[in-house]
Amino acid sequence: MRARKLLITVPALAMLAFAIVAYAQPPSGIVHPPNQESKTPLELGSELFAANCASCHGIDGRGVSPSIPVHGAGDIEGAGPDLTSAGAQAADFYLRTGRMPISHPGEEPERQRPFFSEREIGALTRYVASLGQGPPIPQPQPSSGNVSRGMELFTEHCAGCHQIVGEGGYVTNARVPVLQHASATQIAEAVRIGPYLMPSFPHSQINDRQLNSIIAYIETTKHPDDRGGLGIGHIGPVPEGIVAWLVAAIVLVGVCVLIGERARA
Amino acid sequence: MRVIRFLKGLLWLLIRLPKILYAGLLGLFGWLRAPRRERIVPERETTARAEWTVIVLLFAAAAAGLAFFVFYVVDIPSSTQFLGLALGVCLALIAAALVVAAKKLIPTEHLEESYPGEAREDEEQLLQVIHETPSGLTRRRLIASAGAAAGGALGLSLVAPAASLGPFLDTESLYATPWRAGRRLVDDRERPYLADEIVTGTFYTAYPQGADPEQLGSPIVVVRLDPSQLQLPEGRADWAPDGILAYSKICTHAGCAIGLYRNPLFPQAESKPALVCPCHYSTFDPAEGGTVIFGPAGRNLPQLPLEIDPQGGLRAAGSFSGPVGPSFWGVRTRGPSSS
Repeated sequence: MRARKLLITVPALAMLAFAIVAYAQPPSGIVHPPNQESKTPLELGSELFAANCASCHGIDGRGVSPSIPVHGAGDIEGAGPDLTSAGAQAADFYLRTGRMPISHPGEEPERQRPFFSEREIGALTRYVASLGQGPPIPQPQPSSGNVSRGMELFTEHCAGCHQIVGEGGYVTNARVPVLQHASATQIAEAVRIGPYLMPSFPHSQINDRQLNSIIAYIETTKHPDDRGGLGIGHIGPVPEGIVAWLVAAIVLVGVCVLIGERARA
Repeated sequence: MRVIRFLKGLLWLLIRLPKILYAGLLGLFGWLRAPRRERIVPERETTARAEWTVIVLLFAAAAAGLAFFVFYVVDIPSSTQFLGLALGVCLALIAAALVVAAKKLIPTEHLEESYPGEAREDEEQLLQVIHETPSGLTRRRLIASAGAAAGGALGLSLVAPAASLGPFLDTESLYATPWRAGRRLVDDRERPYLADEIVTGTFYTAYPQGADPEQLGSPIVVVRLDPSQLQLPEGRADWAPDGILAYSKICTHAGCAIGLYRNPLFPQAESKPALVCPCHYSTFDPAEGGTVIFGPAGRNLPQLPLEIDPQGGLRAAGSFSGPVGPSFWGVRTRGPSSS
């Protein structure tokens, strides 16, 4: 009986350990070309692109349609958007926030430690920008923005998904990122790109002055002064209600002890 | 004739019912008290002060309950705070009255006795203790009416907010919308929208020109999709000129504003565009006439037919495809009415 239990438990544990290790792995096969110092940024960028990006974005950066499957590194079926109009803006955003590369097409790109060094990110960004006439890296000036106007605009355009103090949340089929880790440049990039399922906001809808105000507001949400007391994660009325109930329950027990009488044995 | 006589009899009975009940209670009380023996529990002195405390607390609770009703009926600024305060004070005062009554007015006697062996004698003794325990009440009726007042006021304050559930019989106002053919789409600063300004990948909020933007039937979301991807229901082929679509911004589930637009960067491998309500994640497909693809909403999002005027401005070409906002009794029976 005991032996049989062992027979089941040991392989199960081994599989679990393997699964955890496999899950925790970053996308496999990130290639860092040698002799980087001796190459021009564009050369290094093209080598990095060919090794790490081309299986999904195509060898010429024109994208891969899922209807024409391409088998890339790790025999993954590649599929990805055209990058010829993405420009330095998108490359800088996705690489600097660790959102690219992803292991499977269609997977939600999520913020993590960048996979490439500063030199490599610069080179890849240069290379992607050279593919076409894409927008450059934006240079927002949040210090010139108006925080209260920013809050109005944030409420109108962003808070539905990102929550009013930028703590993120959910939309169907996607997790909405927290904004506290994003730099001013990254926010400006994301607003124009519309990564994954986020809408993209053109200049006609949010102009650069308004964008500065929005970023100024997000910067203030990074250091809230919590006038009401504890912030409780700033994620809205549910945790606040739970805390209120916990406090109320203790108070109610206290009142019961005060007004009641202990039954005599 | 017989019916009238029967009704007369019933009326007679009803009028005298309190007296009959009272007489019955008196009889029962007298029967219970009939055997007179030597007292076990000493006579207790009346507790006038505690009684008055209870009476005052109960009437104060009644006043607080009535205050809730007044705050509810009279529209004042920050009324929710006052409503909460009034209800809280009412409940706290009732609780205080009950505490005082339990501590001072309800008699409590302790029987210091181990498990009774011979039941009969002890039982009689126990009954006698219960009978003799003084109630000590001298203002029974006043306390009862104070209790009734507090209970009535509390009940009133709990039932009154049901009036906020909406018009019960007259649902006409729920069908009303300011949209009708020819009405311009404007933004929140009354600036008319041009068709060329509406680009794919984002969403816009629009209102009917010159109408109350606060009305439930006013706000709409406008998106532009690739016309080749549209699969609108039958009869709506010309509702989306150049792929520009308009839907009510009010979710058909609980009436929240549709504030989320899901727009894939790489549609070939990601979820399709959708309008999402942030309250309970009802998700509507703008390409297929606002059908519910996820979440608790029970009806499709009402679509507004659009047209582009010769100057390039966006105008409504009619009214919504269905009533706007959360469902109500009879919501599926007819379409909206232009107000």
